[in-house]
Amino acid sequence: MNCNVTAAWRASRRGAYMANPCFTQIHPTCIPQSGDYQSKLTLMSESLRNDGRVWVPKSQEDAKAIREGKKTGNDIKEENRDYFLERRYPAFGNLVPRDVASRAAKVACDEGLGVAPTGLAVFLDFQDAIMRYGKSKAHSMGLHNPGDSKIRELGEQVVEEKYGNLFEMYEKITGENPYKLPMKIYPAVHYTMGGLWVDYNLETNIPGLFAIGECNFSDHGANRLGASALMQGLADGYFVLPYTIGQFLSQEIRTPKFDPDAKEFLDTEKDTRERLERMVNVKGNQSVESFHRRLGKIMWDYCGMSRNADGLKKARKMIQELREEFYRDVFVPGAINDYNPELEKAQRVADFFELGELMVVDALDRNESCGGHFREEYQSEEGEALRNDEDYAYVSAWEYKGWDEDPVLHKEELVFENVELKTRSYK
Amino acid sequence: MSWFSNFLTSSIGRKVVMSLTGLFLIVFLLIHLVGNLQLLYDDSGEKFNLYAKFMTTNPLIKTVSYLLYASILIHAIQGWLLWSKNRKARGQQGYAVKTTRSTGTNSFAASNMGWLGTIIFVFIAIHLYQFWLQMKLGNLPMANYDGEQVKDLYAIVSAAYENLGFVIFYVLSMVVIAFHLLHGFQSAFQTLGINHQKYTPFIKGLGKVYSILIPLGFAIIPVYMYLFH
Amino acid sequence: MKLTLKIWRQKGPKEKGRFETYKVEANPHMSFLEMLDVLNEELIAKKEEPVTFEHDCREGICGTCSLVINGQPHGPNKGTATCQLHMRHYKDGDIIVIEPYRAAAFPVLKDLAVDRSAFDRIIQAGGYVSVNTGAAQDGNAIPIEKEQAARSFDAAACIGCGACVAACPNASAMLFVSAKVSHLALLPQGKVEARRRALAMVKQMDAEGFGMCSNVTACEVECPKEISVTNIARLNREYLSSAVASETKV
Repeated sequence: MNCNVTAAWRASRRGAYMANPCFTQIHPTCIPQSGDYQSKLTLMSESLRNDGRVWVPKSQEDAKAIREGKKTGNDIKEENRDYFLERRYPAFGNLVPRDVASRAAKVACDEGLGVAPTGLAVFLDFQDAIMRYGKSKAHSMGLHNPGDSKIRELGEQVVEEKYGNLFEMYEKITGENPYKLPMKIYPAVHYTMGGLWVDYNLETNIPGLFAIGECNFSDHGANRLGASALMQGLADGYFVLPYTIGQFLSQEIRTPKFDPDAKEFLDTEKDTRERLERMVNVKGNQSVESFHRRLGKIMWDYCGMSRNADGLKKARKMIQELREEFYRDVFVPGAINDYNPELEKAQRVADFFELGELMVVDALDRNESCGGHFREEYQSEEGEALRNDEDYAYVSAWEYKGWDEDPVLHKEELVFENVELKTRSYK
Repeated sequence: MSWFSNFLTSSIGRKVVMSLTGLFLIVFLLIHLVGNLQLLYDDSGEKFNLYAKFMTTNPLIKTVSYLLYASILIHAIQGWLLWSKNRKARGQQGYAVKTTRSTGTNSFAASNMGWLGTIIFVFIAIHLYQFWLQMKLGNLPMANYDGEQVKDLYAIVSAAYENLGFVIFYVLSMVVIAFHLLHGFQSAFQTLGINHQKYTPFIKGLGKVYSILIPLGFAIIPVYMYLFH
Repeated sequence: MKLTLKIWRQKGPKEKGRFETYKVEANPHMSFLEMLDVLNEELIAKKEEPVTFEHDCREGICGTCSLVINGQPHGPNKGTATCQLHMRHYKDGDIIVIEPYRAAAFPVLKDLAVDRSAFDRIIQAGGYVSVNTGAAQDGNAIPIEKEQAARSFDAAACIGCGACVAACPNASAMLFVSAKVSHLALLPQGKVEARRRALAMVKQMDAEGFGMCSNVTACEVECPKEISVTNIARLNREYLSSAVASETKV
């Protein structure tokens, strides 16, 4: 739970606007879940989609056999395979953007064609790439009529040079050899395009509070390309902020050093101590982790790859009820002055409840499909996202008002002067 | 000059001192062996005794010998100091399951340099008492070669190695030295930063050969003298 | 698989610790830390205090997880951090002893968590390059030989986990410090402050109470990123030339 929203969320609780929280990115190529105890779903780099081909078996029967371990991916003949990304998006094939690929994988698994025991996985297959590289390597080495096994050997060498460390990682985690068997992958939550609202100086609406990198909303809109988290951190921190923070700091030259015994500090310390004590004093029966899991499942099911109004309304209620249960029945062992990982976790989950509800509210408010936010009611005939630029070309900056009031929406209208908004087709 | 004392008391500086004194002692061993192989001549010790006289009277040798005594003391004292500091750095509580793996084959030697070195120090003390001290202060019989009177150190050595106990002690000490060198030789170079893919394999190989041949050479002397005289 | 775990428990830095034995049921797909999570959930259900251990990315890249497993930091596999160790390497009935890193410079905070802020202080002393931000120098305009860049990259792989210290019979931090110094000394951007960096980082390393390297090389064997001891030789050279031949003072 070290990946969390606490720093940004605490700012939000003190008045910083949280922008576009429902814009979350789900990455298509992660290692599928293998059990409830799993702490994370490791990402397989997007670069693999340069060479891997995504497919599921055409028939549910074959898929079932694979799930039960009776067949492997290699046993399915070409004509019985559905390379669904290539079929649905001929122009981009396996290289469609992440949200498109994720939704397509979900659709395939929802139709019963998933290939892991949980039913939630598709294949990412390198056999064609291996043979192709092998043939080309054999050719450039001047070999005449190399046998299949020689081609395979050469091809595997080329693939090892390109993706060796990724293949090793996959094998360490799953115990399967991706050089011989197709990789199993499934979408998993990866990134948040939303975050603290900032202006062009990267300053939030709280004067003097700057937010840079993934914790702000600023660089990506509703979708995001690979490696751009790194880009965002560098761009914001190295290029932009050194110029823009000066404006704020120059005013601060007259501000004296703060007194640590000032009322604000003492009040905040008191608040914090009360919050921690309340958590530890519940002394209920359920672990923090069990709440974390259940909250996560609500978010994944109702505010994940595809969302609808009924589901979102239901989710909001479920979250509120679960939050109440949390404060009634959580068990946090240990004391507040100790090194206490369970107490830390409890604080993270407490913040997740509040953020989760805001995400659902934001998803409900945005009645269109846009980038990573897919509303089932707003899709084209082919199942692609349908944007509504007339009504929804704005940034949703939410002001958090606590448990009992709805958050207040501040719209930052997006006005395009030199470019026209268009919709791209991946066919 | 405080930079110098800062350097010598830093962790790397202390190790450099170990390395330099160690390398000096390694070179010394070679020269000592070559000289003492003369004990194997079948000439009632003439060559050896003349050599011993040369070694104890030549001014250049005498100067270097002070360097040798200093090296032994510095190497030993710095070694014990490192041993003690390193023990403290490990902390009060040890591991319940103890394993120390290493990339070379000599993890035993590498982890036990302190004990090996202490045994060697005890050996040196006995060795010096038996021969060097006798040479300097003791009443040695004299031998006569073409009118020249020289101390008959050969007789002392020969007498010592009629005793099986001393022979065994000596040979075992050589084994200890072999282990000490198996780690120390290449470690000295690494500490000085002399590590390069072009010649480090050679240094490691040379070290292995050296660590076995030199102590073996030494060990042959008492065994030979015991068996054939 | 049913496993018996002997885990070091210690309430706080000044308390005496001791081993406690637990039994846990694991499946081969679990990672080692997930197995400990399962144990902790069971302990919490019994209203007992769970085992405290450090972790973060759970992917072998952040350097937070520690643990000495059956005497080996990060467990038995080469180039694998604890979080990457999976239970398929164990079998039913195995007994696993889990201890924290042991070194005077890494005091135990609680159970299996140790204080590795010594590493942070070493980095603060010089493990960085100073740059003027705001405008980028085109990285491709600074030439560097590919082999050298590769060596720097290998050294940069160090995640600062401290397994080297845990493995070393002398609790020396030389592999860590040499990886950080080497990484920057091999790059043009790092050469500017190289002299000061070597002196300052070694000085801080010594002040923290780490032991002295005697080239045992256990560190290289246990390192989850397979950092080589050739970096130690490089640090020795950097330090020697800085201490003896440069004008930089520290």
